[in-house]
Amino acid sequence: MEGEPIEPVGVPEALSAEVLTVERAKQGDVAAFGELVTRYERRVYRMARQITQNDEDAEDVLQETFLKAFEHINSFQGQSKFYTWVTRIAVNESLMKLRKRKSDRTVSLDENIETDEEPIVREIAVWDDTPEQKYSQEEMRAILNKAIDGLKPIFRTVFILRDVEELSTEETAEVLGLSIAAVKSRLLRARLQLREKLTRVFKRKGDQILGYAK
Amino acid sequence: MVTCKDFLRELSDYLDETTDPATRAELERHVSECPNCWVVCDTTRKTIQVYKGMEAQPISDCIHTKLMEAIEKKAAESGHSGCCNGNHES
Ligand SMILES: [Zn+2]
Repeated sequence: MEGEPIEPVGVPEALSAEVLTVERAKQGDVAAFGELVTRYERRVYRMARQITQNDEDAEDVLQETFLKAFEHINSFQGQSKFYTWVTRIAVNESLMKLRKRKSDRTVSLDENIETDEEPIVREIAVWDDTPEQKYSQEEMRAILNKAIDGLKPIFRTVFILRDVEELSTEETAEVLGLSIAAVKSRLLRARLQLREKLTRVFKRKGDQILGYAK
Repeated sequence: MVTCKDFLRELSDYLDETTDPATRAELERHVSECPNCWVVCDTTRKTIQVYKGMEAQPISDCIHTKLMEAIEKKAAESGHSGCCNGNHES
């Protein structure tokens, strides 16, 4: 066996099957494109919902994203994964919605945030052992969504791509047109802000609260 | 010497295991000696875990149907074939 190329298994196999589906879709096969829609629509919808914080907008984004993907599928080069490509479209559509709805300056992703500013840590408390068992799935979802909704779009979007959609730092940078360093600093701040919010909900009651000396 | 500030700055990379081994060893030492950073690290890790564990809710059939109809309409407009020809060269 040594020296022989080993056939990759698992995910790479699924990916190469996807390459064929994408090829068929490129040749105008609507059924093949439908397979891609079915595979990714939930994730696109969830992402759009989390960025726009609005069901109606999320539905629009879902539709516009896949229509654009269908229309422009021939410009998809296959250097990135199909999902990364669709994600980029979906993120742009979501941010556009957000800008329209709020005419909000804070929506800009390249906004010059003070990255040197120290990340904030106030609540330092151990969590209950199993919050997942204490709350129903519905309650959990509501708690997590509420916490995410409280973040600024620049932090929210990076966190969603990295930690919910599990894109790599490089893919996230590519999708958002940000530098790797910018993705990393936003991710750290987003994670710490969410940690702060969730700690208020999940902390073990009755513990002595710790704290950093000022 | 790693301070708490240093640790917090490196926390993301530490959790993602993207720091170099030397830095990692220093951070590990700090977190094993500093209860505050241990808690922050532990609860940040859990924060990421609960979000990763959140499943995408199924979208309603109605939304899916509307989406597929819009795509088929677009396909018809642009002259794409609506059915699968099934042949692709490899
Ligand atoms: Zn410390």
